[in-house]
Amino acid sequence: MDSRVFYKSALELEKLLDSGKLTSVELAKILIERTKSVENQLNAFISFDEEKTINEAMQSDGRRKAGKKLSNLDGIPVGIKDLIAEQGQPLTCGSKILQGYVSPYDATVIKRMRNVGCVLWGRLNMDEFAMGSSNENSYYGKVSNPWDVSRVPGGSSGGSAAAVASGETILALGSDTGGSIRQPASFCGIVGLKPSYGSVSRYGVVAFASSLDQVGPMGRSVGDVAALFHIISGHDGRDSSSYPIDKTNHTLESIANKTAKVIGIPSEYFGEGLDSGIRQAIENAIKFYEKAGHRIQKVSLATTEYTMAVYYVVAAAEASSNLARFDGIRYGYRSENVRDAIDIYYKTRGEGFGSEVKRRIMLGTYVLSNENFESHYLRAQKVRTLIRNDFMRVFEKVDMLITPVTPSTAFKIGEKSANPLQMYLSDIYTISANLAGLCALSLPCGLSHNGLPIGLHLIGKPFHEHEILSLGYEFEHAHDFKDMHPVI
Amino acid sequence: MKDKNLDHSINIENIATLARIHLTNKEKVELPKSLDEILEYFDKLGKANVEGIEPSAHAFPLYDILREDEVDVPLDTKTALQNAPKQRNDQIIVPKIVE
Repeated sequence: MDSRVFYKSALELEKLLDSGKLTSVELAKILIERTKSVENQLNAFISFDEEKTINEAMQSDGRRKAGKKLSNLDGIPVGIKDLIAEQGQPLTCGSKILQGYVSPYDATVIKRMRNVGCVLWGRLNMDEFAMGSSNENSYYGKVSNPWDVSRVPGGSSGGSAAAVASGETILALGSDTGGSIRQPASFCGIVGLKPSYGSVSRYGVVAFASSLDQVGPMGRSVGDVAALFHIISGHDGRDSSSYPIDKTNHTLESIANKTAKVIGIPSEYFGEGLDSGIRQAIENAIKFYEKAGHRIQKVSLATTEYTMAVYYVVAAAEASSNLARFDGIRYGYRSENVRDAIDIYYKTRGEGFGSEVKRRIMLGTYVLSNENFESHYLRAQKVRTLIRNDFMRVFEKVDMLITPVTPSTAFKIGEKSANPLQMYLSDIYTISANLAGLCALSLPCGLSHNGLPIGLHLIGKPFHEHEILSLGYEFEHAHDFKDMHPVI
Repeated sequence: MKDKNLDHSINIENIATLARIHLTNKEKVELPKSLDEILEYFDKLGKANVEGIEPSAHAFPLYDILREDEVDVPLDTKTALQNAPKQRNDQIIVPKIVE
């Protein structure tokens, strides 16, 4: 067997499993060994349960042997961002306040993966409560980028991206509130999909900003990401924001089906502050699509200048409300050093939350306070309407948009941690998809002059994931970026 | 009292009280600096013309979402309380709140 089995795609591994050349237990053991050999450099996992993982793999092998394979991902290990509830497993959200918490039930996405035989492999590191763009805000330690361990993997799904990129897992689930799947996917040279708002159930997923959060798949190829998206997506009665829409087919066969599209290029996403190497790589990708028969059209999104401000008002407001539940009473950490019942709240939250989470709760509390509600929160919600209208107007003329994912490649650990506003600005190209509820894909499209991955961003109409996956696949198929791996 | 924090637009003590978060002295000095810079950045929202524009709470608002009223198996008490910081006799222990 090839010594780098851990870099094979899920769809390649399925063939090996079907042929009997590899068992799911062997695959799980290969990943466990790989993880143990690189974790001291990466810290991508917060916890993993070897025995449980091997047991699930063993059950998959049994099904395959009996000719009862449940799906094309039966027996394939998937790492889980540590904010998605898996019954009997710890869930920390990267926070001290949830240290020791064990999920009493399964999130809908976990249930759906179990139902098709996925092997649930390990709890992946993240910025505390998904607040961050560098994975430096985890109580369980920073995560490093496998391409250069002195650099950040991006965030907040930094553990998911680093684990996929380094072959610690085959697939992973991340979550994306303002770019938290796409930015780390871009920094680590993998594929990440932020589904349309309402495509994937949020039941059992710890809420950061409920009107923006979406769980999505991360993998090393568009086909793998499409396969996992196909499993986790679809209406769920337990999430009142789950959109009641018929499930579209996202199998590799269906996304490999080429049709000519109209691709919009928004000029506002190519302005000042964009790294020249990234600009070049994106322009090359645009040329590729043009040559392949798609029509390229320049468009304008005039509301782009407001997206960052709207996002941080809305996300902080929703976070301050959502995180009120962490009060030290019913679950999680409780401060011992308290005078009375009310003091439990102050001390538990003061001791349990890290500084970035405190900053966002404070910001959210400020914009929701009586005297600032209208000037900040309500106004941001109105500008959010303008941003959404802007996209809907552009989507009358084009099928999708191409932009960069990030203004720079992976930055150094510590480079932006002292300046929160600069850190926030690293999400400038990704947040609008969350505000407008759009689907968006990040996939590798090159390496910078210093050998760091560059991501291509395809933004699609709501519930048109199949279109961006299809164009992503077309690009991936014509290049060899998916076969580039970090040296680690 | 001369406190340089009073010059900032954010009243850190008041917001921390509303948010029920105990801040350390260091945080009381450092948080206002970054918060003020962020709030200053928010000023650009004032430029947008929002006259007659409805606010959006969601990208695709859904209303009256109901599901079938079916009896499901709930978590048993033991499982529901397994994460409580302190418990006794199937109840969560908290400090006394009435004299």
